[in-house]
Amino acid sequence: MDRILFGDNQFFAVNHLSDEKSRAQSIRFEKNEAIINVLDIALDLGIKTFMCTTHDRIAGICDHIRANPERYKEYKIFPSMPYAHKYANAVTELGIIGALKEYLPGNIFSTMAKGGLAYAKKDFIAMMELLIDAEMKMFRGIDTPVIFIQNVLTDLILGLGMKDIFLAYHQYIIKKYNAEPGYITMNLIRLLDTLESVGIKNPIICSSINKFGFRMSGGTDLYEKTIAERKFRPIAMQVLAAGAIRPAEAFEYVCGQKNIESILFGASTHAHIKESRDMIHKYSN
Amino acid sequence: MGLSHASIINAHNDLNLVAVCDSSTLILEAMKKYGSYKTYSDYKKLVDENDLEALFVATPTKFHADMVVYALERGIHVFCEKPFALTLEQGEKMVEVATRNKLVNQVGYHNRFIGTFNFMKKLVEQNIIGNIYHFVGEAYGPVVVKSKESTWRSQSSEGGGCLFDYASHVINLIEYTIDEIKDVDGVMLKKIFSRGVEDAVYCGMYLNNGLSGMLNVNWSEETYRKMSTQITLFGTQGKIISDAQEMKIYLKKENTKLELEKGWNMRYITGLTDPVEFNLRGEEYSAQVDYFTKCIQSGKTDNVNSFESALRTDKVIELIKNKSH
Repeated sequence: MDRILFGDNQFFAVNHLSDEKSRAQSIRFEKNEAIINVLDIALDLGIKTFMCTTHDRIAGICDHIRANPERYKEYKIFPSMPYAHKYANAVTELGIIGALKEYLPGNIFSTMAKGGLAYAKKDFIAMMELLIDAEMKMFRGIDTPVIFIQNVLTDLILGLGMKDIFLAYHQYIIKKYNAEPGYITMNLIRLLDTLESVGIKNPIICSSINKFGFRMSGGTDLYEKTIAERKFRPIAMQVLAAGAIRPAEAFEYVCGQKNIESILFGASTHAHIKESRDMIHKYSN
Repeated sequence: MGLSHASIINAHNDLNLVAVCDSSTLILEAMKKYGSYKTYSDYKKLVDENDLEALFVATPTKFHADMVVYALERGIHVFCEKPFALTLEQGEKMVEVATRNKLVNQVGYHNRFIGTFNFMKKLVEQNIIGNIYHFVGEAYGPVVVKSKESTWRSQSSEGGGCLFDYASHVINLIEYTIDEIKDVDGVMLKKIFSRGVEDAVYCGMYLNNGLSGMLNVNWSEETYRKMSTQITLFGTQGKIISDAQEMKIYLKKENTKLELEKGWNMRYITGLTDPVEFNLRGEEYSAQVDYFTKCIQSGKTDNVNSFESALRTDKVIELIKNKSH
């Protein structure tokens, strides 16, 4: 994995501090060109990995990447799925069955279709595989070496104690996509314990890691110890604690945790992207 | 969303998830296959066959009263999701049984566990912005943005509609952070995409302390990514605007005790949130379950978000319905 991963929250009006900023962002990135423009700025600054949710609009970005193979020949995307609001809204509106009908390929009430058969047999792993395939469709032809489950789903499964689902996901991503499975979570330590308990070794885990302790279940001390002593491949996100920590202080802290492999951040302007990149380089040495 | 509740309960150090009950065979099969708890499709059987200390009810509102009373009568503490009851009679019955049996009773109005709103409540109690003369309580979100297949959310007789499902949060939050609502006026319930229920609620509100203000709630607002709730207070010495993420506080004079400067002050949720042991979709959801657990452990039955406070919210909903044209 690259040292720096470029995130996508800023494009889709996700701001953990301010609804108002979210709205301003959604106006700025209404068109795909605006997103591509920022990705290109990052690329020209040497940031070659884009970690993004499987938001509908990413399909348009993928079209652009495929149409310009020279420009993006070393470009990688780390998809993270699912775009939870899509499913949450569908479940709220249509119920579980209605939502499955909407997103499983084929008719789920027809055992002739693959999705229907999986549903009829209550084969959850097969249903999960079909949903992963549906989410992954937009990335065909693009290098996706790591594929993540979003924290909303990771943490839901984690809390429910359904460990075997993690194992099935892990194996499917390796087998079908020849990629590394990744996990996004707000509960790093509990997740690492659980993954290890089903035999998943040295997993890629992306979690909030910041000086503030923001969204770090168990607190900074325990996180620092875990990062220093246990075997996994940590990616730090929310290093700025949604803007609560000044960038220099934030990056110095996170780069000081020596075993962190990659740092994920998102920004919208050349100045901000360059500033963050330079600070990560400076404090990493 | 009973799944999230089950996840948070199962992850809680002091709670042991014994059994789950659902009407969906798909969910039950998954729980049975991958979880380590018993599954039921009949809640009475679940209650009768297990030695339960607490029950979480996260069904559509129309089932609340029967389930909640059944559990309370058997000495089980109950956490019930909102909206609380379909009718005031049902709500009053639940309050009565809970009180009589001296059991912890809590409703899932999670805004009461959000740092910004709690800080706002504190500022109101300390009269930071002087004499408050007006408030606006708002919530917007993209639940129904086109005409679609109907579910229980589109049936007012089953607890659906923007008034029950969305406005209830704001009404409850106004009562928590400012004061109890005595009367409403100028009610407009607007259908935008739904046929059976309203998609927007607008009205004037009069509180017990003499303050009046406005309620503006619309769940057919696709310019919002998710539900966004905001309270604005206007006072003679300043103004407070708070949502779940940030607070903007304007003061005519500085307040050294609370470290607030003259002019605009920003306070963010990052600095106002206590850490939780397990985080799923936000600290407040774990915090309310943790609080419920601690109340049971300490025998505290005068808890925040009591059935009684939720019943008051239902009464305001009833008032709004009765005054609509």
